[in-house]
Amino acid sequence: MSLTTLTKPWEAMSYGFLDGSAKRELRRKTLKSVAVPGCQMPYASREVPMARGWGTGGLQVSLTLVNPKTRVKVIDQGADDSVNAASIRRFIARVAGTPTTMDTLEADLIQSRHRIPEEILREDQILVLQVPNPEPLRPVQPNMSIARQMHADADYGRMWLQLYEQIVRSGRVMQGASYPSLVHGRHVMTPSPIPRWDVPKLNMSKHLTILSAGREKRIFAVPPYTRVEPLVFSDVPYKVEEHGHLTCYRSGTKGFFMNEIPQDDGTSTFEVSDSEWGVKAIRKGAGEPVTTGETWYKNGEMPE
Amino acid sequence: MTLTLDAPRIVQTRALLQVSNVSKTYGPVKALQNVSAHAYPGEVLGIVGESGSGKSTLLRMMNLEETPDQGSYTLDLPDVQGNLFDLDRFARRMLCATRIGIVYQNPHLGLLMKHSSSGNVAERLLVAGERSFAVLRQKATEALDASEFPLERLDAPPAELSGGMQQRVQLAKAIALEPALLLLDEPTTGLDVSVQALVLDTLKRLQQDRKITMVIVSHDLGVIRTLADRVMVMRRGEVVETGLADQIFQDPQHAYTQQLVHAKL
Repeated sequence: MSLTTLTKPWEAMSYGFLDGSAKRELRRKTLKSVAVPGCQMPYASREVPMARGWGTGGLQVSLTLVNPKTRVKVIDQGADDSVNAASIRRFIARVAGTPTTMDTLEADLIQSRHRIPEEILREDQILVLQVPNPEPLRPVQPNMSIARQMHADADYGRMWLQLYEQIVRSGRVMQGASYPSLVHGRHVMTPSPIPRWDVPKLNMSKHLTILSAGREKRIFAVPPYTRVEPLVFSDVPYKVEEHGHLTCYRSGTKGFFMNEIPQDDGTSTFEVSDSEWGVKAIRKGAGEPVTTGETWYKNGEMPE
Repeated sequence: MTLTLDAPRIVQTRALLQVSNVSKTYGPVKALQNVSAHAYPGEVLGIVGESGSGKSTLLRMMNLEETPDQGSYTLDLPDVQGNLFDLDRFARRMLCATRIGIVYQNPHLGLLMKHSSSGNVAERLLVAGERSFAVLRQKATEALDASEFPLERLDAPPAELSGGMQQRVQLAKAIALEPALLLLDEPTTGLDVSVQALVLDTLKRLQQDRKITMVIVSHDLGVIRTLADRVMVMRRGEVVETGLADQIFQDPQHAYTQQLVHAKL
């Protein structure tokens, strides 16, 4: 037996870009984060050929999870066709040989920045969310050592204090994206900068959600069928953005999260943020055979 | 010589607070040496002494911010048992949040300076588990009102308030949950004489209305004389004399106490 027989032949690059030890590290920490829902697990975030802040955390998780049969969808602010989404999708396909798709229903793994698709995800699908700032306590406690103690003690009073201050100063809760949410009744997490519209989609969802911050080197997860409750006062109900009545000017679809497009005359038009959902609506309108899935929101309302 | 005299009206009840044989060393400095103290329900215990005598260290221990090298601390409350120094961090936090209130000399230690005054009071209620905005608002307003804080400034951040107002916000925060024990660490130091008098009046009224057990630390004998039922004199980490306030001020036994009292007079 020699060293040559024990080692694998030299390759220019490992499958899925990351080497074996990096994947092992990520898999271990992913399993840990699934075991303790909402708890941030530190991990050795590797360098990938992309700048920090552009989705390196999500990319590392995706590269760890994919195999040659995994159908990958990548969205950025709901759009499959943005430069960042297209670059990441092509990169994963190139280094892992995976098929790609834009259809939410076809995808096995969805990497997303700032949105959850409008169609309900299934048990066999995984959502990977890119997270810029994983620490919900940072606005109230800049010392991260103390913040970790606060998580350990479930000391989240100051999170509510933040909401109290917003109501006192503005008359309503001003927190838009990254709405702090209690996972499984224990850990408060920031659900990445998804809008308030998307937070109820995480509650008791069938799919696994993995949230990863590459720059901050933290990973956390919402396993399937786990409670995710936005922090609210008992007498001030949680409100999502008032998009339920808006209609997409391109597809005519109504009752979903919209992008606002300011016009020269001071008014605004709106287009549906989930671009593939909009494309499906257009094709359906043109009489093409399109398969659409059940959506989380019905007529602009989240069913109880 | 250590003289111990207890008030006849309170000697028959059990002490609410009992600190026994507490010692604490910081490197070569002996901050506290075998110090014992107790306070009866509804009593105001004053602790006086020069700077570095260990009185603030003792108060921080009563607030469970410090753990001594040796000694014990008990509170005679229905659901509080054993030596409180043995409690873990979580239990200490919950006990301090619900049963012990503290007013620091430096408001920066006790307040979030950029949050609203009502928010500072609400924080204490939030830690104790209150989750109704209306109840938080109401209780914060009531506590600030009881502290004679001007309610038109309810949502002004402490950073924009005067020193006296900041102390009132601290006081409101401390009494919001009607604690069994209120600790006051030099609450009027740094305030001008007229504001000092107003804050002392508020403290006195609160004590009379609510019968809160108080421990007040000060190097100002005037403050102690105004508020305290019983006085404990400390020097270099040791208790040199304990007695009723009138006895301490009129007939001090220990040479150091005599020196303190006469220096004041």
